[in-house]
Amino acid sequence: MSLTTAQVKKIAKLARIRLSEEEVDHYGKEISGILDWIEMLQEVNTDKVPQMASVSSIGLSLRTDEVTDGNVQADILKNAPKSAFGCFEVPKVVE
Amino acid sequence: MTNSLTKLTISSALDGLAKGEFTSRELVESHISAIEKHRDLNAYIVDTFDSALKAANDSDSRRKSGKIGLMEGLPVGVKDLFCTKDVRSTSCSHILDGFTPTYESTVTSKLFSSGAIMLGKTNMDEFAMGSTNTTSHYGSVKNPWKRKGDATELVPGGSSGGSAAAVAAGLCLGALGSDTGGSVRQPAAFCGVVGMKPTYGMCSRWGMIAFASSLDQAGVFTRSVKDAAIMLEAISGHDAKDSTSAPVEIPQFSKIFADLNIKGLKVGIPKEYRQDGMPSEIDTLWKQGAEWLKDAGAKIVDISLPHTKYALPTYYIIAPAEASANLARYDGVRYGLRVEEKGGSLDDMYELTRSAGFGAEVKRRIMIGTYVLSAGYYDAYYKKAQRVRTLVSRDFAQSFEKVDVILTPTTPSPAFAIGEKMDPVTMYLNDVFTVPASLAGLPGISVPAGFSAQGTPLGLQIIGKAFDEETVFKTAAVVERAAGFKGIV
Repeated sequence: MSLTTAQVKKIAKLARIRLSEEEVDHYGKEISGILDWIEMLQEVNTDKVPQMASVSSIGLSLRTDEVTDGNVQADILKNAPKSAFGCFEVPKVVE
Repeated sequence: MTNSLTKLTISSALDGLAKGEFTSRELVESHISAIEKHRDLNAYIVDTFDSALKAANDSDSRRKSGKIGLMEGLPVGVKDLFCTKDVRSTSCSHILDGFTPTYESTVTSKLFSSGAIMLGKTNMDEFAMGSTNTTSHYGSVKNPWKRKGDATELVPGGSSGGSAAAVAAGLCLGALGSDTGGSVRQPAAFCGVVGMKPTYGMCSRWGMIAFASSLDQAGVFTRSVKDAAIMLEAISGHDAKDSTSAPVEIPQFSKIFADLNIKGLKVGIPKEYRQDGMPSEIDTLWKQGAEWLKDAGAKIVDISLPHTKYALPTYYIIAPAEASANLARYDGVRYGLRVEEKGGSLDDMYELTRSAGFGAEVKRRIMIGTYVLSAGYYDAYYKKAQRVRTLVSRDFAQSFEKVDVILTPTTPSPAFAIGEKMDPVTMYLNDVFTVPASLAGLPGISVPAGFSAQGTPLGLQIIGKAFDEETVFKTAAVVERAAGFKGIV
């Protein structure tokens, strides 16, 4: 499964990772190699086999809808690269 | 005196502390010396020596008033991906530079409540992606073992290379690791120590920096099987904060060692684990392991796990897919590294931060994951892999109708040289024996069982039924006793 440059660029965009032209080429080759190897799964007959999303047979547990935490704004902002007015600060999004 | 304290097992240290032969303070001090003497291994990336000494004093006081936890007073290492309150936790990635959690992971919280004392955070492959501990932002870890008459530095295995090396070299009495596709079992085998990955759900994942949520599980490194049982008991248990945490009662694992009778135990030998080109010394050790168990009264049963060869590619679709989702949060906004350019957009910030912050292996896996989940490819790859995962899991379920445990080698080779050129797929093949049990969520332990021709450790793996850690420990203890493996410490 050989990925085209366009495909690699699309994946990088979806993953929000900036790649140089050399990196597009380099990762493209490596990922294509890995995908070639993964192709062998197509040999397996999986008709009528259910998907396994989780190994546990326990269902998702629910809890009462009540507040059990809070008032931790300082903790939440503690590791922020940039913060102001009790919020995370980021480059302008809205014109 | 100082030297010998680092050679103890958890079990003998607990005994010595109880008898007043030494204090927790002395234990911690001797380990701090040992760590400082062996900086070249690069096993630890953060030291917490001051708080460790204070914790030791507290432990010694508690002991005087009769309060003694399961791991009371014992110095341990903690893999960097566990969020430790007020102690830097970065999963050895540049993108989490300086991240200092304001909360404690459930597993470390339980470990410290049991009286254990953290010496520091151990080195690991970035975001737990790797089998060599050569992708860490903080440099590679060296295996304390070397080949006979050869100065070549060897890998300790990964991703929990730091924890494995630290235990092997006497830099802690036990260490926490994590295992997603083999990251506790494989480095344990390479470093000649015991490495235990429990059943998925046995330990809480709350506060663990996530790699692949349906596979990640905390694990322990120790120098004996009994030690692993004690340490696992201390960190296991249901946690309401982790919805995948199993609501099972934790047995007292440490109690099973009173009786190591395995008469009638059925041990499965899966034929598909005998690979083409497998080194004969690994096969020989595997056969020897079966003999040891047979001598102890077990019955050896040939079994088949027909989808074994599809487990690795299945894992390398599922794990990267889950990783691409779990690592989407590293965007420079709320924590860690932020890279911006003047006049740049938010999107630019995301792209520049992630490009600068992630290493090559992490980028590779995020991109594979993104691809297999993307529109047009989701069915062919991700859904397909989830179906094959069901088949891998069924293979084990069917075999466990005939046997109680399964015996396999842990790795297809002994530790290899740091820097040995390997393409990604060849590297991934290191996990061939450990990945299937991860996909099925089953407990697995690696026990150091012998040596390669060049004098480096080899391990045997025992896989058990879900939540049957007791039988896994019992079987492992029999192998351990028969093997009589002598570690560095």
